[in-house]
Amino acid sequence: MIRPATIVLVAAAAIAVVAPFFLKPFGIYLISMWAVLTVAAIGLNLTIGYAGQVSLAQGAFVGIGAYTVALMTQAGWPYPLAFVAAGALCFAVGWILGYPALRVQHHYLAFVTLAFTSLVFLVLRNEEWLTGGTHGINGIARPVFFGWSTGKPLDFYFFSVGTLTVLSGAMWRMLRSPWGRAFVALRENPVRALSLGVDTRRYTLMAFAIGSSLGGLAGALYAPLVQFIEPGSFALGLSFNLLLMVIVGGSGYFFGPFVGALVAVLLPEWTRIAQGYYLLIYAALVMLMMAVCPSGLLGLAARAAKALARRQLPALRAEGAGR
Amino acid sequence: MTSFVQLLVSGLATGAIYALIAVGFTLVWKTSQTINFAQGEFVMLPAFFVLAAMDAGAPFWLAAAIGIALSVVILGLLFKVAIVDPMLKYGVLPLVISTIALSLFLKEGAKDFYSALGQPFPALVPATDIRVLGTVVSAQSLAVLAVALVTIAALHVLLNKTRLGRAMQATAQNPTLARILGIPVQRMILLTFLINGALVAIASILVSPIYLAKFTNGETLGMAAFIAAIIGGFNEVRGAIFGGIILGVLDNLSAAYISSQYRGAFPLLILVAVILVRPHGLLGRAEERTI
Repeated sequence: MIRPATIVLVAAAAIAVVAPFFLKPFGIYLISMWAVLTVAAIGLNLTIGYAGQVSLAQGAFVGIGAYTVALMTQAGWPYPLAFVAAGALCFAVGWILGYPALRVQHHYLAFVTLAFTSLVFLVLRNEEWLTGGTHGINGIARPVFFGWSTGKPLDFYFFSVGTLTVLSGAMWRMLRSPWGRAFVALRENPVRALSLGVDTRRYTLMAFAIGSSLGGLAGALYAPLVQFIEPGSFALGLSFNLLLMVIVGGSGYFFGPFVGALVAVLLPEWTRIAQGYYLLIYAALVMLMMAVCPSGLLGLAARAAKALARRQLPALRAEGAGR
Repeated sequence: MTSFVQLLVSGLATGAIYALIAVGFTLVWKTSQTINFAQGEFVMLPAFFVLAAMDAGAPFWLAAAIGIALSVVILGLLFKVAIVDPMLKYGVLPLVISTIALSLFLKEGAKDFYSALGQPFPALVPATDIRVLGTVVSAQSLAVLAVALVTIAALHVLLNKTRLGRAMQATAQNPTLARILGIPVQRMILLTFLINGALVAIASILVSPIYLAKFTNGETLGMAAFIAAIIGGFNEVRGAIFGGIILGVLDNLSAAYISSQYRGAFPLLILVAVILVRPHGLLGRAEERTI
């Protein structure tokens, strides 16, 4: 039997492939940005939705990844190497940051990561010899793979979406491995997980580091997409936005980040009539949703589906598929 | 030496403002477990209430009173009733997210409905220097320091010397026991929100002449309040005062003597160091850890 969730998923994939052919370059840019932000949000969802820790550092990791790629490719390194380096560097930084920071939890972790984001911003702004300071880095080239240039918007879109597909596929598999199940156990009942022999601190750290490295990979896509980076793009605002994306989509739902990033990218365009007020409307909607349904849009969808069909949509909930 | 004293006095003045903000933040946190990520925006906003009242023709003292009153109603009462109460049942995280959204909302609101430009804000005293103990210090810093200290002293008396204050402290420390003792817990919690509304308004009136009234002011002020609260000890009002003053002084001195480019970094490094070494703050007590 085909589940409704599968139909939605296939339809969404079809739209993702076909839609860009009907869009103007700016539209293609927007959906490419959606793919890039989704990668970062998937990483953050691992930290929040699975390991249960609020991080406000994801924007900083996107920044570290973006600067790594921009600097390495301009120094003549091939893009794939820079891409891997961005992920690896953020994994390492995430591990080093998380090691002491995860001793404290909950709101303290939010504040430590907040401080980290501000520090990264200061370094990017002040170390002009490396980062170009407030002028940023201009003219970042889009990569060429075996003669396929991603210079045109459409090509770059398919490169971004392809990367998103590969990375989310890897995440899907990981969450089904014994490892991934430990992450879910962390969220559902940390005390029980601990008593069953899951080294909770180590797994929390691992989730944080993997989440951070996905932030770095998103940055590695962001730099060639926008082709211009400056410190302001990776300040606290981005971290807040990524956090809101994860929550709006539905934290802990595998497809939550996809939905949340879509809302964050498209809402400003849809509410264009409202002009400057869209952030105001967005903020009001987030507050409203937190009051009505803190589990996000997918939580709302799951609730609606449950009410309609009196049964759950297990496929939407990542840990439910194996039951 | 002269400049050191000047820096110290202006640092104390900034620190006293941070202390006001941090005390409000800690009070609300202690009684209702609300981590208010919009606290910085709460300080940014009342200045615009005052400016709006002055645009309508009110003299400064009346506008300031109106600003404080509006702040108590909107940032105290309305915040609690409309945002905190409906969400407390979901636990801490949704409320954190909601206050982050609220900070965005207030910031955008001030920008869209008042102005995106920094607005000059009347100072309490004219910008003159006066000689104290052989050195020159700015009258404005002293005035700020005086108002902030009086406010903190009044709050201290309220919290520690009155029955009402003791009831509030009992509510913060152990709500269940407080309820058994017949303390109207809900009313006490509401009261801390109202006090926070007044404190942020006073802080706003003190800080806006220095930084101009601007919609982005909340970012740095909010961060300073969190850091002060954590340095001093999240669960201690006294700690928040101490943390705020330390932060203001260190901020000014390090900017002058070490590096102004990395001015913003020192408080953050102190924060990280305190969280790692003494997570319960310099004056706070260790709480039982929840896993």
